[in-house]
Amino acid sequence: MQIIIVGCGNVGSTLTEQLSREGHNITVIDRDGEKMEAVATQYDVLGIVGNGASFSVQNEAGIEQADLLIAVTQSDELNLLCCLIAKKAGNCHTIARVRNPVYVKELPYIRDELGLSMIINPEHAAALEISRLLKFPSAIEVDTFAKGRVELLKCKVEAGSPLCNLPLTDISSKLRCDVLVCAVERGEEVYIPGGNFELKENDIISLVASAQKANEFFKKVGMATNRIRSVMIVGGGETSFYLAKMLLPMGMDVTIIEKDKERCNELSELLPRALIIHGDGTERNLLQEEGLENMQAFVAWTNLDEENVMLSLYAKHVSKAKTVTKVHRIAYDEIIASLNLGSVMYPKYITAEYILQYVRAMQNSIGSNVETLYQIIEDKVEALEFYVGKQSPVAGIPLKDLELKDDLLICCINRRGQIITPGGQDTMEPGDTVVVVTTNTGFNDLKDILK
Amino acid sequence: MNCSIIRYIICRVLEFQALFLLLSAVVALIYREQAGWAYVAVAVGCFLVGWLGKKLKPRKNQFFAREGFVTVSLSWIILSLTGALPFWLSGEIPEYTDALFETISGLTTTGSSILPNVEALSCCNLFWRSFTHWIGGMGVLVLILAILPLAGGNNMHIMRAESPGPTVEKLVPRVRHTARILYGIYMVMTVILILLLLVSGMNWFEATTLAFGTAGTGGFGVLNSSIASYNLSSQVLITVFMILFGINFNVYYLFLIRKGKEALKFEEMRYYLLIIAVAIGLITWNVRGMFDSIWEAFHHASFQVASIITTTGYATTDFTLWPVFSQTILVLLMFIGACAGSTGGGIKVSRIVILFKLIKNEISHMLHPKRVNQVRFGGHVVPKETWRAIQVFLFSYIVIFFTSLLAISLCNLDFTTNFTAVATTLNNVGPGLGLVGPLGNFDVFANPAKWVLMFDMLAGRLEIFPMLVLLASPAWRRG
Repeated sequence: MQIIIVGCGNVGSTLTEQLSREGHNITVIDRDGEKMEAVATQYDVLGIVGNGASFSVQNEAGIEQADLLIAVTQSDELNLLCCLIAKKAGNCHTIARVRNPVYVKELPYIRDELGLSMIINPEHAAALEISRLLKFPSAIEVDTFAKGRVELLKCKVEAGSPLCNLPLTDISSKLRCDVLVCAVERGEEVYIPGGNFELKENDIISLVASAQKANEFFKKVGMATNRIRSVMIVGGGETSFYLAKMLLPMGMDVTIIEKDKERCNELSELLPRALIIHGDGTERNLLQEEGLENMQAFVAWTNLDEENVMLSLYAKHVSKAKTVTKVHRIAYDEIIASLNLGSVMYPKYITAEYILQYVRAMQNSIGSNVETLYQIIEDKVEALEFYVGKQSPVAGIPLKDLELKDDLLICCINRRGQIITPGGQDTMEPGDTVVVVTTNTGFNDLKDILK
Repeated sequence: MNCSIIRYIICRVLEFQALFLLLSAVVALIYREQAGWAYVAVAVGCFLVGWLGKKLKPRKNQFFAREGFVTVSLSWIILSLTGALPFWLSGEIPEYTDALFETISGLTTTGSSILPNVEALSCCNLFWRSFTHWIGGMGVLVLILAILPLAGGNNMHIMRAESPGPTVEKLVPRVRHTARILYGIYMVMTVILILLLLVSGMNWFEATTLAFGTAGTGGFGVLNSSIASYNLSSQVLITVFMILFGINFNVYYLFLIRKGKEALKFEEMRYYLLIIAVAIGLITWNVRGMFDSIWEAFHHASFQVASIITTTGYATTDFTLWPVFSQTILVLLMFIGACAGSTGGGIKVSRIVILFKLIKNEISHMLHPKRVNQVRFGGHVVPKETWRAIQVFLFSYIVIFFTSLLAISLCNLDFTTNFTAVATTLNNVGPGLGLVGPLGNFDVFANPAKWVLMFDMLAGRLEIFPMLVLLASPAWRRG
C-alpha cells in the first residue's frame, strides 16, 4: 500500500519502521528536515520537508495515489486538519492521533463527522492495556481477540508451580482446564509447542482462553488470581487519569502520587473517588506512608525511565504488588527484560500497534483476510485472527486432516460468539473467525497455513 | 461609598412599599374597615418621599459589593420601619416596638408574633401581616431588579446580598431575567396554592393570606389556633406546599426548561427530602401513642416537620406537649433550615452538607497528610472561597446566637424559652418551645429583648453578613 506518515516523532518513526518492513511504500512528511532525513535514510522511505496539512505538500507526497494517511504530529488540531485535507485531496483512509483529554469522549463523533477512519489517543490506549493487565494479575501481557471474548495472556512459570515439567497434553487431562498454550519463550528461544512439549521453570507461556477459563486455570496452577483491590500509580499524567477512571468502577482503590500541586488539584476534581497524594513518588517514606506494602498493584508511570524502573524494583522488593512499568527508550530492552520488573510497557509501541492493526485490517479489503494481528513475541511470533470465507479451502475439514505448516497452531475458533478450543476433530466453518499463532510472519490469508 | 446611588435605590424601594401598602388599603375597602386610612396615609407618605428623592439623579452610577450590602440591609430596615406604621397608626398594636416586631417578623418570614389574640385584628392588618411574608420570601430588591433597570450592570451585588444560600447562581445570563424567572415561578406557585386552598373549602381571605404565609415560608395565620382548625385536605395541601417552597427554585427552573432529570439529581434537594423523611419517621414513631391512629400521628408529624424545616412556623397541634425527643428533633430542624435559593431560612441544607463533607475531608487529610482533596457539591468542586465563607458564616452565626441568648436572658425567663426564642428568630421559623411555643407569643419579652430578637430576624433573613457589613466601619470608609 501507499502510505503517507505525517510527523517523524517517536510514534512516526516506529510506524515507519514497522510498515516499511511489512512491504508498504512509505512517504514521511515532517517540518523538521533533520528528523525527516534521519528517518528517511534509516528506513527505505521517501521524505518530504513541509507542513503536512498543506495541500501542495500532500500533493508532492502523492496523496492522490495514497491508500492511507497517518497524522502523528505533536498537535491534535494539525493532525485532524491533515486528515481532512487528505480526505478531500486523495480520498484515502486517514488515521489521526488526538491526545487532548478534552476530546476523549467526543472521539467517535469527531471520527464519524469528519470522515476519518480511525482516531487514536495514545494515553487512553495505554491505560486500556494496563487496565486489562490488572484484570488478570497473573499475566504479564493481555490482548484480546474476537471482540474481547478471547484473551491472549502471557505468564511466567514460577519455580514450584504444578506446570513445571508438565507435558502440555496433561494440562487438559490432569488439570481439567480448557486452555491452550500457543507459544513458549525459553531464554532467547521461542517454541510453538506440540502436545509432548514439557514446560520448565522460568518459561514464559502465552495462552489463549476465554476470560473465565483463564481465571480457572490460574487458580488451579496456584497463581494468584485474587482480584486486585488496591492500586498505586506514581505519576499523574493523562494515562494515569484514564487508568484511574477505568479502575475505579471495577471497585479498586486507586492512589495517585503526583509531584505537581496544580495537577493534583485537577486530578482531585476529575477523580473524586481516587486518593490523590501530592508528593514525590520516589520518596521512600511517602510510599511507605501511603501503604505500598499492602498494595496489590503498582504502576510506575512517571516521565523518567530510570525512576520508573527503580520504583518498580523497589515495589517488587517490599510488596507482592503486580508492577507495571513505563519505559520510553527501547534501546535497552534486553537489560530491562532481565530485571524481573513484571510488565513493561513501551507507550509508543502501543500507539504503533493499534495503527498497525488497522493497516493490517485494511489490507483485508485489498486481499488479505487478517482481522487482527498481534505480535506476541517481538518479531518472532504473531497471533492472527482470520475470517473463514465461504470458498476457503480449509472449511469443513477436521483439523487433523489438514496439512498444516510447521510451527503453527490454531488456538481458537469463534463460532457466532461461542469460543471453541479446537481439537483434532473440530472443523473450521464458513463464518467463523479463527486465531492462528505462528512463527512464520507474513500470512495474508487463511489458506497460507496449508503446506 | 457611593451614597447617592444607595439613596436613589432606597427611594425606589419606598415607591414599591407605597404600592404594597395600597394593596392592603384595597382589602380595607372591600371589608369597609377604618384601618385602611392608615395604609393610605403611609402609602402616600412613602410615595412622596420616594418620588421626591428619586428626582435627584445619582451623581455616579458606580455600584460595587459594598454598596450592594449596604443598600440591601438599609432597604430592609426602612421597609420594616415604614411597614410598621399602619399597625401603630390604626391603633390595633398600640406600641410602636411591637408593631415593628410584627412587621420585621413578617418581612423576614419568621412568623413570631407579639399578639395574644390575632383574631382581634382587622382584615386589612391581617392581610398586610401575611403579605409582608410574601414580599419578604423572595426579597423586595429581587422584585425591583425584575422590574426596573437598576444600578447599571452590577445588579449581581444586590442579588447576592439578598438571596439566601452560600452562592447565588444565575439561571440565565442577565440578573434581571433571572429575577423575573424566580418571581414568575414564585407567583405561579402561589396562585396554584390559593386555588387549591379554595377548592379545599377555605374562603378567599383565608386562602390568600395562608398561601402568602406558606409561599414566603412565613407562618402568620389568621386564627389563634394557626392551622389546627382547618380541614384535613387544607392541612395536607399546606404541608406539601411548605416542602415545595423550601426547595431551591433552580430545581423548578430546570423542570421548566425540560431538564427534569438534572432537576431530580439536585444534590441539595435530595438531602433536604432525606432529612424530612427521616425526621417525619422518627417523630411519628415517637408520638404514635398520643394520637388515635398512626396516620394521625404521621399527619401531625409531617406537618410539623415541614413547617419547621422550611422555617414556616405554622402549627396544627401544640408540639410543646410532645416528648422531648420529638421536640429536640424539631429544634435541630430549625437550625438546618431549607434549601439555599428557596424562600426558607435557617443555616441551609447546602451549608450543612458542605460542612459535613469538610469534616470528612479533614479526617481523610489527617490520615493522608499529603492528600489533595476537594469538596464536591452538586457535581462541582466547591471553591475555597465558598467553603471558607461558610465556615465564617457558621462562626458568626454562633456568635450572634449566643450573644443574643445572653442579652435576652436578662428578662429572666426559663432557658428553653430563651434558647428557642433566639433559634426561632435567627432561623426565621416562628414558634419556639416553652413560653414562645405555637400557642404562646413573644409579648413575654421586655422591649430591649424584642429589639435584640428583631436584629436576629433581620440578620437571619439576610444571612448575617449584610447586617454585619452595615455595622462594620470599613464599609463607611471614604474612598
